[in-house]
Amino acid sequence: MRKRFMLAGLIAGISLLASTAAQAVEIQYWQYVFETRVTAMDQLIKNFEAANPDITVTQTTFPYADYQTKVIAAQAAGQGPDVLQFYYGWLDQFRKGGVLQPLDSAAFPSDAIKSDFFGIVDAVKRDGAYYGLPTAVRSLALFYNKNLLKEAGITEPPKTLDELVADAKKATKTDGGGNITSEGLTLDFAGQDHQWWREVLVRQFGGTPYDDKGNVAYNDDAGAKALTWYTDLQTKEKVGSIGFMDEGQAAFKGGLAAFTIDGTFRLGAFKPITDFEWGVTELPANAEGVHSNFASYFANGIGAGSTGEKKAAAEKFLTYITSPEAMQIWLKVVGELPARKAAALTDANLADPIYAPFLKGLDYAHTTVFVDEAAQRQGAIDMVNRVVLDNQAPKDSLAQAATAEQAIIDKSRQ
Amino acid sequence: MTAASPDHQRSASWRAIRPGRIIAWTLLFIGGLVMVTPLLYMFSTSLKSSAQVYDLQLIPRAPSFDNYIKVLADGTFMRWFFNSLFVATAVTLSNVFFDSLVGYTLAKFEFRGRYFIFLAILSTLMIPTEMLVIPWYLMSSKLGWLDTYWGIMFPGMMTAFGTFLMRQFFLTVPDDFLEAARIDGLNEFTIWWKVAMPLVAPAISALAIFTFLGNWTAFFWPLIVTTSNTLYTIPVGISSFSDAQDTKWEMIMTGAALATIPTLVVFLVLQRFIVRGVMLAGLKG
Amino acid sequence: MAANTGINSAGATRKGRAGFGLTLHGRRVVWAWAFLALPIVFYCWIRFYPTLQAFWMSLTDAGLTGGKFIGLANYQKLLTDPIFWKVFGNTFAYLLIGAPTSLVLSFIIAYYLDRVRVMHGLIRALYFIPFLTTAAAVAWVWRWFYQPIPVGVINGLLSHLHLPAQQFLRSTSQALPSIMVTGIWAGLGFQIIIFLAGLRAIPTTYYEAARIDGLGEWAILRKITLPLLKPTMVFLVVFSSIGFLRIFDQVFNMTHNDPGGPLSSTKPLVLLIYQTAFSSYDMGYAAAQTVVLFTILLVVSLLQLYVLRKP
Repeated sequence: MRKRFMLAGLIAGISLLASTAAQAVEIQYWQYVFETRVTAMDQLIKNFEAANPDITVTQTTFPYADYQTKVIAAQAAGQGPDVLQFYYGWLDQFRKGGVLQPLDSAAFPSDAIKSDFFGIVDAVKRDGAYYGLPTAVRSLALFYNKNLLKEAGITEPPKTLDELVADAKKATKTDGGGNITSEGLTLDFAGQDHQWWREVLVRQFGGTPYDDKGNVAYNDDAGAKALTWYTDLQTKEKVGSIGFMDEGQAAFKGGLAAFTIDGTFRLGAFKPITDFEWGVTELPANAEGVHSNFASYFANGIGAGSTGEKKAAAEKFLTYITSPEAMQIWLKVVGELPARKAAALTDANLADPIYAPFLKGLDYAHTTVFVDEAAQRQGAIDMVNRVVLDNQAPKDSLAQAATAEQAIIDKSRQ
Repeated sequence: MTAASPDHQRSASWRAIRPGRIIAWTLLFIGGLVMVTPLLYMFSTSLKSSAQVYDLQLIPRAPSFDNYIKVLADGTFMRWFFNSLFVATAVTLSNVFFDSLVGYTLAKFEFRGRYFIFLAILSTLMIPTEMLVIPWYLMSSKLGWLDTYWGIMFPGMMTAFGTFLMRQFFLTVPDDFLEAARIDGLNEFTIWWKVAMPLVAPAISALAIFTFLGNWTAFFWPLIVTTSNTLYTIPVGISSFSDAQDTKWEMIMTGAALATIPTLVVFLVLQRFIVRGVMLAGLKG
Repeated sequence: MAANTGINSAGATRKGRAGFGLTLHGRRVVWAWAFLALPIVFYCWIRFYPTLQAFWMSLTDAGLTGGKFIGLANYQKLLTDPIFWKVFGNTFAYLLIGAPTSLVLSFIIAYYLDRVRVMHGLIRALYFIPFLTTAAAVAWVWRWFYQPIPVGVINGLLSHLHLPAQQFLRSTSQALPSIMVTGIWAGLGFQIIIFLAGLRAIPTTYYEAARIDGLGEWAILRKITLPLLKPTMVFLVVFSSIGFLRIFDQVFNMTHNDPGGPLSSTKPLVLLIYQTAFSSYDMGYAAAQTVVLFTILLVVSLLQLYVLRKP
């Protein structure tokens, strides 16, 4: 029913365009540099252009570190894109910078979005309007290096946090000087570990990261226990070291880490590994069997400066890149799970040894509503560094981090 | 050639303490090798495959140019290279022209306000670029200069340092030469361009070398003003390139090597010239 | 003298205009202003106006657009911002350790290199080459050098010699010196060349006279070489101090995942300015930080000129 509606809209759009403008419309698409995402998007653009010869899509990419800066700056200079990708956590920053316009509910009806997509899309809804739609969603899982596990005599991947620590200890290798030469578990708070800590560990130790109003709520015993547990991995258990091989994913990819926690988006980067076999399993539960996960996504929104026939073309393009067909391409190339439930929860995916753990994770996943993702991540990095590098008590460091993060949240509300 | 004689004189006394001389030479030489070690490792690693990166041997076991081919294949790097070359050349030409012209005017013309203008230009040496980038950025944003070649170049089109340097040199040019040309009926522009400029050729080359090198390696402003990949200069490109490489060190080293090779080649070809240019600029500046 | 000719030339111009053409001198004055016209526009537009604008913006709460006058609020905020004081301390650490170390090193090397004739050119080139490299690129080479085992070259060497591995960039105490080393490394060659030029410029007759007086090497160094090198030193002290006070490229690229980290232990003022202006787009606050940088540069340069000028 809905499909037919969209098809009708598409045909109407095409005929409208064909009658009013014979010349091609050129629209700009922006995303950050991540090899597999760029490749996937190139493919989507090719398909889209083949179906819509009157529209040309130009893809521009920026390094991840500068992406937000560049987008806001370009917007201020009146050079914004028509369609752009943004992390759901950047929405408020981008809205404040006037980068995005809400999706037109005629082209993207709210009910359809609500029923077809995973519930986490609501994180890009403000005042009843959606500001973007994801192609794919991501959750976390535990990656393991089968060769290293076998070497360490581990037959089955860990199911609980205690098992994870025990296995990581067995798999850690050190040289004569006590330096780690191969990690048991990668520790990289600048990577996905800060998400793991916030939405998974804090909950598993009995806390909640944020309260209903979005204020910091992790500054309690549970939060302190979770932080102590995490920092102990480096200081006490010595199963890993922050900065080893520069990044956790590099260590795992290089075959020098037995376990790493990462997201679906890493699948594409790990696929070409030939030196060893690897597997994926659900994030470990706590002793009571409590599971949690962190889900996130990059949404595609329409630039505030896009109007007229460019906007019509942008809406068409957005419709295509969030279609089931595009999602299958994205899953194949990038490895991220489709954002539409029907496209994700297929029997094939649920039986897939790699996708299944991520899909299971989506069932009990939480989403953090960031107000300034970069600053909040920086605060989390500093929190761990204070404990690991400056030997501050986890409790004090946690309190300091909570105050700082609450200040960021307060500032965004002004 | 005057430089050679003090050498002779001094080494006479030096010869008296021979063992010390050998030790000093050896230490200097080792120090020099230490200085270039990071670069040697950079080159050596750029010739290694990813499997060999972590054995710390300086000489790669099976050197190959695969990484270079990989980096150069998609053309992005060549684009950055061209951008850097274009920007640095254009800014250098502008500086050679305008700094010389202003330096000459301030050295060889007499008019009211000459000293004031000289001091005003000189005073800009005290203003750090960092203070200007915010107004420049807002101005560029208003005028549509962000993410354009002109946007990268405009702040450096003239510099107080170059003007000062050229003025110092033009002061040493005897007035008689210029008077003679004037009597021959040449106009002032021609006198400057055809008569005065050739007399300060060493200074011009010093200025050109400094300006070019400064713009070739410039990072701060190009980082701020460029947004698209196709307009990056080499330093900005290499920074983003390294970021996007997922810490593949052999690829990062290849990129760094590609950024370094052009200046090294130019230096090895023009070594005497460059060293003399730096000395001149340093002494007069 | 200048004023005198000024009046003359103005008079001449006026007289010239009354007649059929300009006098020779008047014509030259016109040429001079014609030569200066474009540069004057440039300096006013690209240098002086932005300077005034930066001062003005530091008194406003400007973002990417607009901003209203808020008096000295930005400066008050700076004074109570612990990150600012941390960064202020870091900036001076770069200056106070970096500049003297590099100057002493480069002088010693230049002093001995000046006397070397065997392979003089080659050794000089070895020291000079790092100066020609692109800081942003070579910073990544250094970053690799400083990695922990099993990647890092330096730690690999240490472990080979059975010495304990060092944290380098992952340590709040070692990271700043580690980055500073790369700054010194890159600038050393330039300073050596300038010192060499300074040494060459000292007339040999001075040395001969000193030797006839029976002065030893050490006395010659102290009484003749160093005093006569003073102009060179003034130049290099000011030049390298400004360089270290404005350090950015190395820090930005060597601490890419956590800029200025860990825990802001390596963050210099320029990086703070960059982040305030171009990550947070807090232009007014960033402008106040640039005014602080300007003041520091001015005070440090004037102080050095004053101290070193004194006989």
